[in-house]
Amino acid sequence: MKLDTAKILQKRKKQILELWMKNQLVDFSLREDLMSNDELTVQSEELVNVLLQTLDNGNLEDVQSASFEPLYEVLESISLSRAKQGYSPRETGTFVFSLKDALLTTLQQEIKNDPLQLLEESMKVSKLIDSLGIVTFETFIKGREEVILRQTDEIAEISTPVIRVWDGIVAMPIIGTLDSSRTQVVMENLLQEIVLTSSSIAILDISGVPAVDSLVAQHLIKTVSATRLMGAECIISGIRPEIAQTVVHLGIDLSGIVTKATLASALKYAFSLMQLEVRKSIVK
Amino acid sequence: MDKIPILKIGHFLMVAIQVDLYDRLALNLEADLVQAVSKTSAKGVLIDISAVSIVDSFMGRILGNIAGMSKVLDADTVIVGMQPAVAITLVELGLPLKGVQTALNVEKGMELLQKKIKIVDEEAFDDDSTLQ
Repeated sequence: MKLDTAKILQKRKKQILELWMKNQLVDFSLREDLMSNDELTVQSEELVNVLLQTLDNGNLEDVQSASFEPLYEVLESISLSRAKQGYSPRETGTFVFSLKDALLTTLQQEIKNDPLQLLEESMKVSKLIDSLGIVTFETFIKGREEVILRQTDEIAEISTPVIRVWDGIVAMPIIGTLDSSRTQVVMENLLQEIVLTSSSIAILDISGVPAVDSLVAQHLIKTVSATRLMGAECIISGIRPEIAQTVVHLGIDLSGIVTKATLASALKYAFSLMQLEVRKSIVK
Repeated sequence: MDKIPILKIGHFLMVAIQVDLYDRLALNLEADLVQAVSKTSAKGVLIDISAVSIVDSFMGRILGNIAGMSKVLDADTVIVGMQPAVAITLVELGLPLKGVQTALNVEKGMELLQKKIKIVDEEAFDDDSTLQ
């Protein structure tokens, strides 16, 4: 007699869900702080429903079958939301793999007297759940990567502010490493601001740049050249002693660029270029 | 045939490039401008490129050439109003236009040239007085 695994599982849906919930609730990886039990039940129920709906004997053999598409979709959305909520990979993995226990236990109860058949069906179910696990991890990592990408964008956006320090003087503190994509952003923002404020002097403060190698220096020189082409002068300030050392050791030629040790001295130099003077007011 | 007008204002020549330069036009401009500098014995050349949004290496070289040629004819060249995108492109092309002076807008470019010419005038005046 040919056994219909899908039918058996569909029939015992309620029991599977109960078993699965029990498995999850006893597990130490249950995170009540991240998700309430009710939510977890809803999530689990949704997954079991879709799994049993899409399951029929034809496709149980082939885990890549297109009929599993809706199941993968549900799983992906669950995995993604878990990644964003801050679950660890182990917790998300356990969530899916504990379903295997529930399914196998149910199968064991149903197919009691035919060990060979039981083994065969168990292998199939096992394979299916393994494939679900892989999908879960793929999406989980993708979700995490999205978070990282978003944060990178945010950092890039907020880390290049252009400050108007005086009429005709803008300053831009650079924080973090300068790579080519960031230099592009820095350059664009700085030049745009120079046009907007019609400033004739730009100060590039690099006290927040951890290290300057020949590539970073190249980027700095490019930025200075571009500002000069726009018709503004560019001063580089905030050069720490260690950076001065590396620049000289690497043999980078910064002689064509005005460099100052601090933002204050750069500002002083800018004032002298604009023939401005800062004086103490005389108190009578 | 398109031509870019060259205007004489006092001691300067002013060129406002309002169209995207193609190679032929740029070459003509170069020739015309050098002619005009020598004919009017201008002391300064102001090139406004605020309407130019596309440059290539050829254009960058032409701008450098004009500055170099004018310098030989004793005229300073100031390029004004370069767009940020154009500046970035030129730098990425490895053409920082070392010999060219730049200013943010026409007004500032004029100021810069006037300052230069004043210095030159004073020197000339000093030379005259020593001759007398």
